[in-house]
Amino acid sequence: MPAAKDPVAQDLMTQDPIYVTDALIAEDIDAYLTAHQHKTMLRFITCGSVDDGKSTLIGRLLYDTKMIFEDQLAALEKDSKAVGTQGAEIDFALLVDGLAAEREQGITIDVAYRFFATEKRKFIVADTPGHEQYTRNMVTGASTADLAVILIDARQGVLTQTRRHSYLVNLLGIRNVVLAINKMDLVGYSQERFYEIVKDYSHFASQIGITAFTAIPISGLKGDNIASRSAAMPWYQGPTLLTHLEDAPVNLSRLQDAPLRMPVQWVNRPNLDFRGFAGQIGSGVVRPGDTIRVLPSGRTTTVKSIVTYDGDLAVAVAGQSVTLTFADEVDCSRGDVIVAADAPCEVADQFEATLVWMDEHEMLPGRPYLLKIGTQVVTATVTEPKYEVNVNTLEHLAARTMQLNAIGVVNISTDRAIPFEAYAQNPDLGGFILIDRISNATIAAGLIHFALRRGQNIHWQAVDINRDAHAAQKGQKPVVVWFTGLSGSGKSTIANLVEKKLHALGRHTFLLDGDNVRHGLNRDLGFTDADRVENIRRVGEVARLMTDAGLIVLTAFISPFRSERRMVRDLMAPGEFIEVYVNTPLEVAEARDVKGLYKKARAGKLKNFTGIDSPYEAPEAAEIVVDTVTLSPESAAEQIVASLLAR
Amino acid sequence: MPSLALRPMDEITLTHLQRLEAESIHILREVVASAENPVMLYSVGKDSACMLHLAKKAFYPAPPPFPLLHVDTTWKFRAMYDLREKAAREAGMDLIVYQNPEALAQGINPFDHGGLHTDMWKTEGLKQALTKYNFDVAFGGARRDEEKSRAKERVFSFRSANHRWDPKNQRPELWKLYNTRKAKGESIRVFPLSNWTELDIWQYIHLEGIEIVPLYFSAPRPTVIRNGLMLMVDDHRFPLEPGETPVMRSIRFRTLGCYPLTGAVESEAKTLPQVIQEMLLSTTSERQGRAIDHDQSASMEKKKQEGYF
Repeated sequence: MPAAKDPVAQDLMTQDPIYVTDALIAEDIDAYLTAHQHKTMLRFITCGSVDDGKSTLIGRLLYDTKMIFEDQLAALEKDSKAVGTQGAEIDFALLVDGLAAEREQGITIDVAYRFFATEKRKFIVADTPGHEQYTRNMVTGASTADLAVILIDARQGVLTQTRRHSYLVNLLGIRNVVLAINKMDLVGYSQERFYEIVKDYSHFASQIGITAFTAIPISGLKGDNIASRSAAMPWYQGPTLLTHLEDAPVNLSRLQDAPLRMPVQWVNRPNLDFRGFAGQIGSGVVRPGDTIRVLPSGRTTTVKSIVTYDGDLAVAVAGQSVTLTFADEVDCSRGDVIVAADAPCEVADQFEATLVWMDEHEMLPGRPYLLKIGTQVVTATVTEPKYEVNVNTLEHLAARTMQLNAIGVVNISTDRAIPFEAYAQNPDLGGFILIDRISNATIAAGLIHFALRRGQNIHWQAVDINRDAHAAQKGQKPVVVWFTGLSGSGKSTIANLVEKKLHALGRHTFLLDGDNVRHGLNRDLGFTDADRVENIRRVGEVARLMTDAGLIVLTAFISPFRSERRMVRDLMAPGEFIEVYVNTPLEVAEARDVKGLYKKARAGKLKNFTGIDSPYEAPEAAEIVVDTVTLSPESAAEQIVASLLAR
Repeated sequence: MPSLALRPMDEITLTHLQRLEAESIHILREVVASAENPVMLYSVGKDSACMLHLAKKAFYPAPPPFPLLHVDTTWKFRAMYDLREKAAREAGMDLIVYQNPEALAQGINPFDHGGLHTDMWKTEGLKQALTKYNFDVAFGGARRDEEKSRAKERVFSFRSANHRWDPKNQRPELWKLYNTRKAKGESIRVFPLSNWTELDIWQYIHLEGIEIVPLYFSAPRPTVIRNGLMLMVDDHRFPLEPGETPVMRSIRFRTLGCYPLTGAVESEAKTLPQVIQEMLLSTTSERQGRAIDHDQSASMEKKKQEGYF
């Protein structure tokens, strides 16, 4: 039955859907409901580009499972005529391209979730676009999927984008892969063509570690091997797409066999007599009487009861949201993880991980970001990538930073130890997101590979002469006075005057000057955003050591970014960081141009110059602000010293 | 009544409803653990009933630690007002009823003011209420299967300080890691029922024995037909046109809103299984009974950008 003319639109209006709904609905609704109470749920993702017919396939699945109603079909017909790409025929793609802007552009730009159900299962489809620039969306959709359908246009065969989709699917740990070879109607339903593509794909799949996949020849447009077996391809004996989706295993059953892990979401204390720990079980099984351990503290206790609104449970398994009570009063709060006492997970503060960068702003090694894993949020810094992966060729490339949609392997260190598992073992405790502290955007997704031994083996050395002793000997309160402002604003001049005055008052001080530090400690660093972050990180650490030694530390750095100034502030004890904003408008600083740098920058001879082609983020709540337009350096210094002495 | 509670077994397979329930509870708890002043929008419809039930489960044995907010238009069905008070009381929660004072003063109504009715009472009313009480997170009962633009909305959906939604600038949501951080003045709408379908909601109401407004079940009610919608004459404010007399018909509602804007269907379904049966055999989608969506295909998306839930 080769493709002759195409009566799809008429067919759809007159035919009953192929996937016939259960006769029980009409005859015995109670029996139907009882049967459907035991339906399971499968989440899957479809990967493919616009031309692979992905939207058509999803539209077809919805139609064949009777998910499209008459009024929707009527609206679809109207839209098809106005903006469709199938002539007078129904354009299934319009069913699933949700946002008006997307419909105009004719592309899908985000993740959309679709729902349909058969007699056995409810399905949630993450529909994501296939273009390279939407790696972010595909990773998002894949993160919750049990299964992936990778679409191939039978005319095109395995393409670069097929490799990219497969790589991402494998990266996100999806073990059930369906290779849907679509548009078989356009290659005369050729068995040879099908096996040729399967052979090509097998070769590639084994290279990236996909060990098993199911290939199905289909036509989304005609409905071949979607819900019903194709009469045009008698040579294909395997399952239809829908049958395969109905029978595929879900991740939860695998996770049930793993040891107990439950991140604590919320402590439930309605009154003094009840203290329960609420959370969703990530893996394993729990029963009253089980011995558990609370991580990271490591304290153990036994489970007293599993409390739910429907009564106490005798057992609860991976995927359920429950509330546990303990036999003893053990400290446990949000962010902690309840684990099987005899099979706890690791706790560490340094990891190797794969990052998928999701933000327009590039990744800055050394900048502190928030990291959310399980129910815990910690501060984390990321090293320069060990390498970036070209998702098209799978090559490893050297990289100093990461741009939107880049995938790279990095080391991550967190400000405190966190319970975790390798992502491949348990996505619940191995998958994390990074959040920008200023914009609050979700900027990256991460997958932990393993903990770095380094972190576990370096412990703090306790010293007898501590910071209090150092400070007491000098009779002063250690503090960091952090001058920030544009180049030429007068930071160094004023800081120098302040130090002279404090020295004259008998205070023990030290001035860390931006230019001087770059001659030594930081001479390996340039002026890119990433290097500026590292510059400030190192200065911050040095300043902290100096406060430990009891000193009053003055620093004079442009330090243009809020994030890094905040990072340094967070390094110090509360009240020991005083930000001084040397406020000089750009025109004034540029007019002064003491070192001739602005001139060079304007001439294009100096790149990444703050205020010219690199931003300066003024402080929002500096402890001290000096206005150098109205104040002389001498009076600015006096104002600062007076303010310091008043503290 | 069949129950969702698990019996001890060797291998336990969670059903789709158990997984949906667990996911919704997880979402509800994430909000309570991270928000400063959350609220649950309660419209008295079946989705709200489901969401409220899930909230009771999420925080049991404590009552849900946030109030219910009903953005009232004064034009809801009387039966809805009756259930509203009872449901809040039984959940042990505070109920805040907010009516836009301008709409009240100007006597805005669906008969004379068309689209302005929804704009002022619902869209404006909601914004005013959230601002007045300083709520930073509001739970809503919207589902992704309701409408095309909803299919792309996140579970945690951010609103600017003036309550606008920017569909192009949504945060990626990975695994079940919700980024709950926001700047001062911004707020979040959270949709715990995102992944439920209409059938899931009905089945869950059936299995859990959740009380819903009787209007969902068929009964003889006074009706008139206008602009293709079968409307119920719920009180004396319904202006009958010359020669128009209400006709008693056996009707029910698939969705509930303001009574002059909500179309009924003729039906004999008097029990939940019968309602579900009708739904499964039905050939039109749920929102068809609502006048609000018919203007243009992308109307819901526009309304949402302006702040409609």
